[in-house]
Amino acid sequence: MNRDGTIILDGAGIKRALTRIAHEILENNKGIKDLVLVGIRTGGIYLADELVKILEEIEGETVTVGSVDITLYRDDFKGHAAHMPVGRTDIPFSVEGKNVVLVDDVLFTGRTIRAAMDALMDYGRPRTVQLAVLIDRGHRELPIRADFVGRNVPTSLKENILVRFDSGNHPVEVVLQKS
Amino acid sequence: MNILIKGGRVIDPSQQIDAILDILIVDGKIREHGTGLQAGKDCEVIDAGGMLVTPGLVDMHVHLRDPGQEYKEDIVTGARAAVAGGFTSIACMPNTSPVNDNKAVTTYIINKAKMQGLVNVFPVGSITEGGKGENLAEMGELKESGCVAVSDDGRPVANSELMRRALEYAKGMEIMLISHSEDLALVGEGVMNEGFTSTELGLKGISRVAEDAAVARDVYLAEFTDSPIHIAHVSSRGSVRIIRDAKTRGVKVTCETAPHYFSITDDAVRGYDTNARMNPPLREAADVEAVKAGLKDGTIDAIATDHAPHHLDEKDLEFNLALNGIIGLETSLALSLSLLRDGVLNAKQLVEKMSFNPSNILSLDRGTLQIGAVADVTIIDPIADWVVREEELCSKSKNSPFIGAKMKGRALYTIVSGKVVYRRQAV
Amino acid sequence: MGFKHKDILGLQDLSGEEIYLLLNTAENMKEINSREIKKVPTLRGKTIVNLFFEPSTRTRTSFELAAKRLSADTINISASTSAVQKGETLSDTARNILAMKPDIIVMRHSISGAHHYLAKRVSCSIVNAGDGAHEHPSQALLDMLTMRERFGRLAGLKVAIVGDITHSRVARSNICGLTKVGAKIYLAGPPTMIPQGVERLGAVTVCKTIQEALDGADVVMMLRIQLERQGKTLMPTLREYSRYFGLNRDLLGLASPDVMVMHPGPMNRGVEISSDVADGPNSYILQQVENGVAVRMSMLYHVSGGELPTE
Repeated sequence: MNRDGTIILDGAGIKRALTRIAHEILENNKGIKDLVLVGIRTGGIYLADELVKILEEIEGETVTVGSVDITLYRDDFKGHAAHMPVGRTDIPFSVEGKNVVLVDDVLFTGRTIRAAMDALMDYGRPRTVQLAVLIDRGHRELPIRADFVGRNVPTSLKENILVRFDSGNHPVEVVLQKS
Repeated sequence: MNILIKGGRVIDPSQQIDAILDILIVDGKIREHGTGLQAGKDCEVIDAGGMLVTPGLVDMHVHLRDPGQEYKEDIVTGARAAVAGGFTSIACMPNTSPVNDNKAVTTYIINKAKMQGLVNVFPVGSITEGGKGENLAEMGELKESGCVAVSDDGRPVANSELMRRALEYAKGMEIMLISHSEDLALVGEGVMNEGFTSTELGLKGISRVAEDAAVARDVYLAEFTDSPIHIAHVSSRGSVRIIRDAKTRGVKVTCETAPHYFSITDDAVRGYDTNARMNPPLREAADVEAVKAGLKDGTIDAIATDHAPHHLDEKDLEFNLALNGIIGLETSLALSLSLLRDGVLNAKQLVEKMSFNPSNILSLDRGTLQIGAVADVTIIDPIADWVVREEELCSKSKNSPFIGAKMKGRALYTIVSGKVVYRRQAV
Repeated sequence: MGFKHKDILGLQDLSGEEIYLLLNTAENMKEINSREIKKVPTLRGKTIVNLFFEPSTRTRTSFELAAKRLSADTINISASTSAVQKGETLSDTARNILAMKPDIIVMRHSISGAHHYLAKRVSCSIVNAGDGAHEHPSQALLDMLTMRERFGRLAGLKVAIVGDITHSRVARSNICGLTKVGAKIYLAGPPTMIPQGVERLGAVTVCKTIQEALDGADVVMMLRIQLERQGKTLMPTLREYSRYFGLNRDLLGLASPDVMVMHPGPMNRGVEISSDVADGPNSYILQQVENGVAVRMSMLYHVSGGELPTE
């Protein structure tokens, strides 16, 4: 696989996209009251942290954020083979009656989001669940759409989208790789 | 039909022969040896170039399971396995059902053995009635009926007083006593050798001293009563030392070991392989070395298989529930030939341990190629490569830890009383 | 790194990395046990048979709870070994169970190696819940998880194990597992209860006295003394055993000030452990029980397979 690929979004571009998403979230939810963000492990967690920073700058108040690991909710186990490590889920607050924005880096088949929603529901009954993604690359296999999208990138199934983070887990660039 | 065996390396310890010779067999007896012998009329000629020609091999410790446990083995299948392994004579242990503690059972065995007509079968009677270790069996009648020794093999004679009297009585009847020397209290519920491997596998161990202590007792009883004794299946460094010391003192003790005790260690139990379960158990590397040293210096007189067939249902079990014992008739020769290649024994010593000595211990008129002797002969290819395959074993049971193992050397012809009872088909 | 074994028969078969993987997953699974809805759908549709040939309420319920929290269907079968001796062999029993199409059999058996026997003959996964005096991997893993939570590490820990090592599957699994993650093990017990060659089993030092084993220990693991087993020839009386190898508060002073006291249970209070120690501030016996469910969830999860597509 070509490790380099085409840069479709640089650091500044990501920052602009996230800022726009933050404003849309605030507009959609009429402020940050009862708003919580939950990042999907691992890229979504970093992006959720970025969004929280922007939201807090705009509103001047703290925003609650958690993380979810969807390994135990996946629907693609099969056969006897290697099994991946389970990551930590960290939702140390009640989601009951909250407006929850799930955050992920790339929206693809929709199966990860389905798993994340199932996981979330095991923690209680949110008032609404919304979805924010940096990239929507199409090819949905489930009836799922994002409420907030950084950029729509039409792709072929042979291509791969990679969101790169630096050592401080800040997003650096988004790359389109051809296999 | 007569047989001329041409150009083989003839090894006969009874005559101190180790030379390339022809051997002529006429009317079931050895007629002549020499070079350039000519085949007469009606004479099969066997080209034995590159082969070893030895007095027929003798296995003095075999369980034929007949009568009573014919689902494991019977005299016919046991005989087929024996001749395929190069044996012309076997001694069968009395722990059958019923136990061979009387003339009727002995006679049954002898008659059935005659009917199969392959291998010489020499019954061993029991020391005590029913092998129970309580009252002496009628050793006099057993001997008269054809038993060549007495033994309670499978169990020791636990009562020391009874063992003392058994030795004295057997001496009087001039019948060899074969001791299964084991201290049952020390064995306890053990299922394998006690050592690092048993610790790792969490299996209850049988300590070496369970054998050593019993061998020491038996040797001292034999010394005290001035009786001959033969110790069966020596497996531990301690028993080798005890017997070596006893021999130095002039005690009339002989002993045997089995091929598995000088070939593999208790490592074979890893994976809980029940075909590595037998009694005495497979020991450690130091014991294997001691057994080899004992063979080399003459402390151990004989190699005997302790061929112990068991049905799959008695072996295909959790380790603790499986029965003790493995078959050995068809792998003994190849395993023993490795002693030759490894320089533990020379050819003469090997033939002593597998033919001449066991024959002498049991007072059989076998184990020799002297002119006029019964023509029991084994012709051995010492370098043939083969693999032990379950489906090719003649024994009714397949309980061997060597299945799948690569072997070197095997019997090509087994000749009993001048008749070829086994010939290996060319592949 | 993934987990590549069909079965978990013992820690002897696992690498240090695999042990850490099981522990990390268990640690992350503990969170599930603190939720309001203590269930994830991971093993939905899978059938797990708990096949116990020895009575054990503790381990069986812990495995059962672990299976249920992962949404598996569970069946409990208690087969007495005596029934087996009456004629039905383990392989017959297993064949009957296989007709139920289980995905995992969690088995406890009184014979060492029974699991190896079964694993060679069935296609489903076998998880060892204790075999004879051989291994008890889930117990050792939960012990290790408890130690790691307390100290943040396992490497370099000094662990004293006191009691009948010969007959203890808990000791064997802990010796194997702890050695692979770099801990040091100090064994103490009457010589009648120390098996031959045990120092070759791992990073093991055999001590003459409990005092020697406890000296500076980070962890003290007391094994249950079973009178029915050891009563015969291995020691004179429980009273004397307790006097020389029982743990009490005075002896605990020899260990590190942070020492953890552990016991696989069930305890004989006043024999191998005094109540003031069992219930004292250094006791982690209840944490062990809590961690048991998470560790068993991790084991069931990792053997239940599931090849993740690479993304």
